[in-house]
Amino acid sequence: MSEFSIIGQRVPRADGPAKVTGEARYAADLQLPRLLIGKILGSPLPHARILNVDTSRAERLPGVKSVITGHDCVGARYGHLNFKEAFLDRQPLESEKVRYIGDNVAAVAALDEDTAEEALRLIKVDYEELPAVFTVEEAMAESAPLVHENLKGNVCRRIAFDFGDVDQAFADSYYVREDTFTTQAQAVATLETKACTASYESNGKLTVWPSSQSPTQVQFDLTRTLGIPSTDVRVILPYVGGAFGAKGGGISAMEYCAALLSMRTGRPVRMYLTREEDFNFAPLRHPCSIWLRTGVLRDGAIIARDAKVVLNGGAYNNIGPATILLTGIFLNLPYRYKTFRYRGVRYYTNNPVSGGIRGHGSPQVHLASDVQLDRIAEAIGMDPFDIRMRNALTAGETTLNGFKIVSSGFREALETVREKSGWREKKGKLPPNRGIGVGASGFPSGTGYRQTPDIPTYSSASVRLNADSSVSVLCSASDTGQGVDNLLVQIAAEELGVRMEDVHLVRADTDITPADLGNGSSRETVYAGNAVKRAAADLKQQLLVFAASKLEANSQDLEARLGKIYVKGSPDTFITFKELGFFAQYSTGGKNFVGQGFYDPPDKINYATYTFGAQVAEVEVDPETGQVEVLNMISAHDCGRPINPMAVEGQLEGSVHLGLGWATTEEVLLENGRELNPSYLNYKMLTAVDTPPVHVYHIVSNDPEGPFGAKEAGEGIVSPTAPSIANAVYNASGMMVESLPLTPEKVLGALQSKKAAISKEER
Amino acid sequence: MKHAIELKVNGESYDLVVESHRTLLEVLRETLGLTGTKEACDLGSCGACTVLIGGQPALSCLTLALEVEGKEITTIEGLAENGRLHPVQKAFVEKGAVQCGYCNPGMVLTSKALLDSNPKPTEQEVRQAISGHLCRCTGFVKVVEAVLAASEALIDAN
Repeated sequence: MSEFSIIGQRVPRADGPAKVTGEARYAADLQLPRLLIGKILGSPLPHARILNVDTSRAERLPGVKSVITGHDCVGARYGHLNFKEAFLDRQPLESEKVRYIGDNVAAVAALDEDTAEEALRLIKVDYEELPAVFTVEEAMAESAPLVHENLKGNVCRRIAFDFGDVDQAFADSYYVREDTFTTQAQAVATLETKACTASYESNGKLTVWPSSQSPTQVQFDLTRTLGIPSTDVRVILPYVGGAFGAKGGGISAMEYCAALLSMRTGRPVRMYLTREEDFNFAPLRHPCSIWLRTGVLRDGAIIARDAKVVLNGGAYNNIGPATILLTGIFLNLPYRYKTFRYRGVRYYTNNPVSGGIRGHGSPQVHLASDVQLDRIAEAIGMDPFDIRMRNALTAGETTLNGFKIVSSGFREALETVREKSGWREKKGKLPPNRGIGVGASGFPSGTGYRQTPDIPTYSSASVRLNADSSVSVLCSASDTGQGVDNLLVQIAAEELGVRMEDVHLVRADTDITPADLGNGSSRETVYAGNAVKRAAADLKQQLLVFAASKLEANSQDLEARLGKIYVKGSPDTFITFKELGFFAQYSTGGKNFVGQGFYDPPDKINYATYTFGAQVAEVEVDPETGQVEVLNMISAHDCGRPINPMAVEGQLEGSVHLGLGWATTEEVLLENGRELNPSYLNYKMLTAVDTPPVHVYHIVSNDPEGPFGAKEAGEGIVSPTAPSIANAVYNASGMMVESLPLTPEKVLGALQSKKAAISKEER
Repeated sequence: MKHAIELKVNGESYDLVVESHRTLLEVLRETLGLTGTKEACDLGSCGACTVLIGGQPALSCLTLALEVEGKEITTIEGLAENGRLHPVQKAFVEKGAVQCGYCNPGMVLTSKALLDSNPKPTEQEVRQAISGHLCRCTGFVKVVEAVLAASEALIDAN
């Protein structure tokens, strides 16, 4: 018999049937009486002062019920990092300046979409165009125009840290190498565009259904920006069609506008973006340049690392002030080293906003780290796997930045991909133009960065015994597709010793479910999972007292499994959970049994725990066209313990797909602040015929901090994809990959210069 | 210009008055309240708006409502019978091909149409059939597994 009854089972999602039948209602599907359609007007200019907004013609258009502008938003400041006032750099509708093409200027609510669009066209905005900056070089130039007046040099944030004497360590190194890498903006382009429905009722109660990662934070932000009591704001999470970091933090302009328009009209308002609008509105993965210098000893041990990261943040903060910190601290994973210097700068430019997209800075810096590591290995005559093993972080170590590694399946992940990919048989033995390469990374599980007392980073849950002895789990964790709903039910059922069918999840509803910061930073498994586990354990303790009396035993001698509670060693002497529930409630005269739990990790500065992963890619490079065909991806991820292996695989396979797109075909093309390809036709995401076979493997490291040993599986494995492909391309063609995406033009260009260099040498 | 038309959706007839330029997607969602069919690009580039017209997959965002008067339209809501999931739907759920769910309605209908005409497709044929469907969550791995599993289930049932 397995240690667990439900943990580790391949459980189909409980909301699966609703999704495959079309019953699942997403934010723009909700049907309410007298519903109005809302739309936001974006700026056509990348940088301009707003001189005047004339809404009179729009207001007179039949069918238009309300028009709002920046005047209706003065003082309503918001930002993703809502715990620090200085980071709240946006108004839902700008009143002074617009800072990128698409920046929010006005909003309307009308009877239908056509009328709303016509109303936007009738709003006359007088702009005074200002000179703009688009590249980091332009932004940092001596007399560059300022995106934010008070922020000198267009610097959003500078981060610097130094550990040990890096320069001495370089002097002591056997081999030193430096490289510069650049990566492009990626749009996560979730199938469901950003959407929100808001309904303000005559009793003063506002209900909002946002397509969001953080219902708790949306409620907090709306309360603050609208200036109404939190008891009057109810945020209910609808089904969400993907987020990956693009719908995170608290409010976006949309939640505020939908709410305000509803308050003004007294009617429900639905807002959703067109695909073109969404490409502009949703935050992008930060375009990035990484200069990295690494020094190693003769045996491959990394002893020195010096990194400079520059991020193009676009017009506003979003989560960017954190991103530039993460690109530094994430370099602490997955290898150990003795000295480290980091300088990071995020600049503002008049471009669409960059934010924290799946992996959040980790893919960029791990591309640099792992591609360079392979070149170093080659130079000192080491196998790429051996150099990684030499430096792999293991359980018990603490990194320079203070990450306490409590579990690490990194070595096992490396071994697994080495074996499953047939590395030993293939490396150096593949036909011409074929290559094999490895990539690796680590990632945190859950953020513990202390926020203000008003917004704790904890997760809180209740597990409640219902009158019919079924169980309800209440938590504001948000399922945006990744499967946290099922996860919490599995954890509660295992902990309580009941069957999954007996447990029901009450999805995020701020009137009912205890607070949770939302999904993001890969926190739900560890945070919400632990909160629910503790709440279930609490309920179980309360009920065991009654079971003990019924079975005439001590509580500690009892065991609960799949709906039966019995004396350890005598499974035939049992009471069913159903009977126990009735007995507890009846014998107490109707006591309401609720288990409470919350989780706040012990490390208040860094993260609860860390995951590790490795990937091997096999590629074929066409020397005539520069086309890179990825033939195979083998991936192994240490998620501690897969609570639901099927769900974890789904996450890993999806992460690899995102990493593949970022490595090879996806790029948001910007010219003078305008997106040139804001459509699925021209923004190339891989389809089912473009994707190579992807094989994923679970590494079980049984983390002591995670619920039942589990850690994240949602973000970590994006990072090894691009470096594994880059290293495979080098192996196939000799081309050193220094920038993404790996377009045929780049590859062909590199191959041709190589050819030219060789023939020049030969002459 | 407005037209009085009769649409046959999921075996039921609806008498509607629609403007010439209304797409089938708009009419299904806004007029008939059948929100299972999704708008994700409105340009025919992602497959999320797929319905079956005469059993064949069609992009409802590129179809005018007027064009399909008299034709048999099946939306995702019309697939399950008396609350029982169609084997393709069942396979999607059981094989973990459902994550955020937004691409699922379109994918399921296309897969059903594939299996109706090609009961035992190869993996490559499945990939080809769903290549017009974008998905950001699954990487298609379990979608392909689900369709192949559904094909076996349908063959076993017959």
